Amino acid sequence: MLKVEQQQPVEFSPALIQKFDEITGRYPEGKQKSALLPILHEVQAEFGWLSVPAMDKVALYLDIQDIEVYEVASFYSMYFLKPQGKYVLEVCRTGPCCLVGAEKLMTHIESSLGVKENEVTPDGLFSWRGVECLAACGFGPVLQIGPEYTFYENLNAEKVDELIADLRKK
Amino acid sequence: MSDKVKVTIDGISIEVAPGTSILNAARQIGGDIVPPAMCYYSKLEGSGGKCRTCIVKVSKGSEKDPRPMPKLVASCRTTVMDGMEVQNITSPEVIEARSGVVEILLINHPLDCPVCDQAGECDLQNLGYEHGLQKTRYEFERRTFERIDIGDKIQLHMNRCILCYRCVFTADQITNKRVHGILNRGDHSEISTYIQTAVDNDFSGNVIDVCPVGALTDKTFRFRNRVWFTKPVDAHRDCPTCSGKVTLWYKGADVLRVTARKDIYGEVEEFICNTCRFDKKKTEDWVIEHPTHISDASVISSNHYETMKPLPVIQNNPKLQAANKVELEKTSKF
Amino acid sequence: MGRKLLLEHINVPGINTFDVYRQKGGYRAVEKALKMTPDEVVEEVKKSGLRGRGGAGFPTGMKWSFLAKPEGVARYLVCNADESEPGTFKDRFLMTHIPHALIEGMIVSSFALGAKTSYIYVRGEMMPQIRILERAIAEAKNAGFLGKNILGSGYDLELYVQPGGGAYICGEETALLESLEGKRGNPRIKPPFPAIAGLYGCPTVVNNVESIAATVPIINDGGDEYAKIGIGRSTGTKLISASGNLVKPGVYEIELGLSVEEFLYSDEYCGGIANGKRLKATVAGGSSVPVLPANLSLKLANGEPRLMSYESLSEGGFATGTMMGSGGFIAFDEDQCIVRNTWNFSRFYHHESCGQCSPCREGTGWMEKVLHRLEYGHGKMSDIDLLVDVSKKIEGNTICPLGDAAAWPVASAIRHFRDEFEWHVKEPVKALETNYGLANYAEPIKKVEVTS
Repeated sequence: MLKVEQQQPVEFSPALIQKFDEITGRYPEGKQKSALLPILHEVQAEFGWLSVPAMDKVALYLDIQDIEVYEVASFYSMYFLKPQGKYVLEVCRTGPCCLVGAEKLMTHIESSLGVKENEVTPDGLFSWRGVECLAACGFGPVLQIGPEYTFYENLNAEKVDELIADLRKK
Repeated sequence: MSDKVKVTIDGISIEVAPGTSILNAARQIGGDIVPPAMCYYSKLEGSGGKCRTCIVKVSKGSEKDPRPMPKLVASCRTTVMDGMEVQNITSPEVIEARSGVVEILLINHPLDCPVCDQAGECDLQNLGYEHGLQKTRYEFERRTFERIDIGDKIQLHMNRCILCYRCVFTADQITNKRVHGILNRGDHSEISTYIQTAVDNDFSGNVIDVCPVGALTDKTFRFRNRVWFTKPVDAHRDCPTCSGKVTLWYKGADVLRVTARKDIYGEVEEFICNTCRFDKKKTEDWVIEHPTHISDASVISSNHYETMKPLPVIQNNPKLQAANKVELEKTSKF
Repeated sequence: MGRKLLLEHINVPGINTFDVYRQKGGYRAVEKALKMTPDEVVEEVKKSGLRGRGGAGFPTGMKWSFLAKPEGVARYLVCNADESEPGTFKDRFLMTHIPHALIEGMIVSSFALGAKTSYIYVRGEMMPQIRILERAIAEAKNAGFLGKNILGSGYDLELYVQPGGGAYICGEETALLESLEGKRGNPRIKPPFPAIAGLYGCPTVVNNVESIAATVPIINDGGDEYAKIGIGRSTGTKLISASGNLVKPGVYEIELGLSVEEFLYSDEYCGGIANGKRLKATVAGGSSVPVLPANLSLKLANGEPRLMSYESLSEGGFATGTMMGSGGFIAFDEDQCIVRNTWNFSRFYHHESCGQCSPCREGTGWMEKVLHRLEYGHGKMSDIDLLVDVSKKIEGNTICPLGDAAAWPVASAIRHFRDEFEWHVKEPVKALETNYGLANYAEPIKKVEVTS
């Protein structure tokens, strides 16, 4: 269960609300709950993770119970319920990628960033984790970085180091 | 054309209304051929299908299409067809698959029955006794959670939960606002409020009654007594919120807890409000009806209707003494 | 050279844009279909013999004909683009490079089913593909192929892209519908089937990306023409995702009936095993289908060549065969460890189980733990039979096919590679440092005792 201190208030910008309205318009009258997953993606893209006040606001917007949002957010693996690094390197760890070196790559990332899986680097820039199949098995090893979920394919240690260096410079 | 359909379960035929599930048809027959149900609850819409303990074999689909069903089916969510033939306890395949389900339900269960308030009235305990293996083949650490209080009256002990979803359906269907639900997924799933919120509304206490295991317990009763030392008595009161029909659980002259009345399948007859459940624990709050009829198979029935030393409420009331005598005769016949 | 129906123009620059796609003959199927009646379109798809490309292989035309059509009730077409089966990446490839093939197929299929609003449910991780599809939809709408009164036919269609949230289980059609309704991706208990009560309780068809895209050549050339390609009941072309230790992994369009050997070794397709190594095993249809040793991958038990078709791949049942699945072809070279890979797949199913029904929720975790123990040198000989037993307790006893999908890879790995599992128990230290190698898996097939 969550500690209450993780509840700093959030504000949704008019631009964000406008996006919500556009998304909600895709579904028939009364079925606005369908917008929940896309809206949570928008909120996560804006704030980096899903805090309780943010989820409660989404519930209010969609006129559903708070728990319905928590249930959904905790079910799907893409939603972060804890703050993450600015860049989350999500490396595919499933069979086909492992046949071509995904496990070695994760060990390399761990030592390059100096943090364990799901931990954030001291500068707040990076965290990493192994995720299940990203449907790019022929181009493995692969990793993705949100919120745009850009794919980086056919990776090796050098390419990942380059990528990390580039992100640092940004 | 008859408006009833005929179904045969373990060789026993019965005619039931179209749309009846195999499980409910079996319950109409009654006895040993009724499949056990851990998640299905006839009063909760949408319940069932999840625990897989009620699986049966459909050896003949229907009169029209006699082909057997390719897999074992959940009897609680499979509708009977005219001419259907079902095997439950007569099918070794069903018995084996069910004992597999029981083994799987128990691998992460703490088996802490000696210190569990549900012991003696626990569906999982009974199921384990009937179908379980003597020892487990699971050699890994069991999943554990912290115990949490959801409100001041209900405790959630997630270790024991089998994720039947009954309490979620209950909150959805008989309370005005659901604040607890299923979080996470797979074997990390848990019943939770996520944030520290009390589950607090007039009917929230019913989640205790629908819970088939000791995951949701009544804090006002926790560790007060073993259920088999308490004596249940049916009673009612004029309640503005609910039907007021309850069972009082006595120890001597004291009412230790109040629950809804349950049928032989452990389902409540009518949901009751929290005032009746938690706040009315004096004999004078209630009109006493008669000792609750308890199945012989239950440990709770032991010495329930003793004539030498009946409950104080019964001693004080000639009508109740008569009712007690009737119940005593009913049970001593066996 | 096999015929290419979906990937014919894959190398044309700009084929991801409406204009180039249109120049290459795109959206002809929409023009043609809108002049037909919806039932005629369904009939063509039936004639084509097209089978669902998502994994189950159920005839698409038949699935369409089951759709209930009560008066005054909306009907929906939902495209299943929640591609997450390990080894399968064809839908991502198609959506990235030729998004309009899917949009065109969606218009044709929605018209056939009488859907006025259709959704493409794309897994959330494919955010770039979601943007690509949204742009393609805007282009098609701009050109009058979507929206009100398409090409003056009086047919209206709105098409939306819905992102998932990261859950393999949402590839199961009823879990997908739950997710599209904004809920947890718990598969529904069937019946009712989506054709009767699907999205928002309305009649719904859920089809895979490739199935929907395949309706385009079917309408253009006619169902009969399509049915001429392929072999037996495996008609048409199929996208195969090839991964693992191959010279040229990638997405290939094959005519069904191509031999596995040619697919694996010819330069037109995978080009053989990478780094000059030898083949140890294959998974032919995505991680859920039974793994086969090299000899049985290439040949049937009777010594005849195995073909890439629904029937040939499943020839021999689970004793010596496998399944077409979603066409995720994974090749393992001689240095790969079957125990480790089985553990890896098992971890995947454990991670992806929705947790709704008990055999899958608890059983997948149990299998993963036992496999982990075996792989890391702490296994016991009895663990091997325990795994087989647990897999049997799960298989067939769950709400949805994820339970079967979790059980089959484990059961088949032990069926064919038991000696390798036993070696892990007998030589735990060695097993951590080296691997069992090719053993006899590539030898000519011994007489196989077929057990039921």
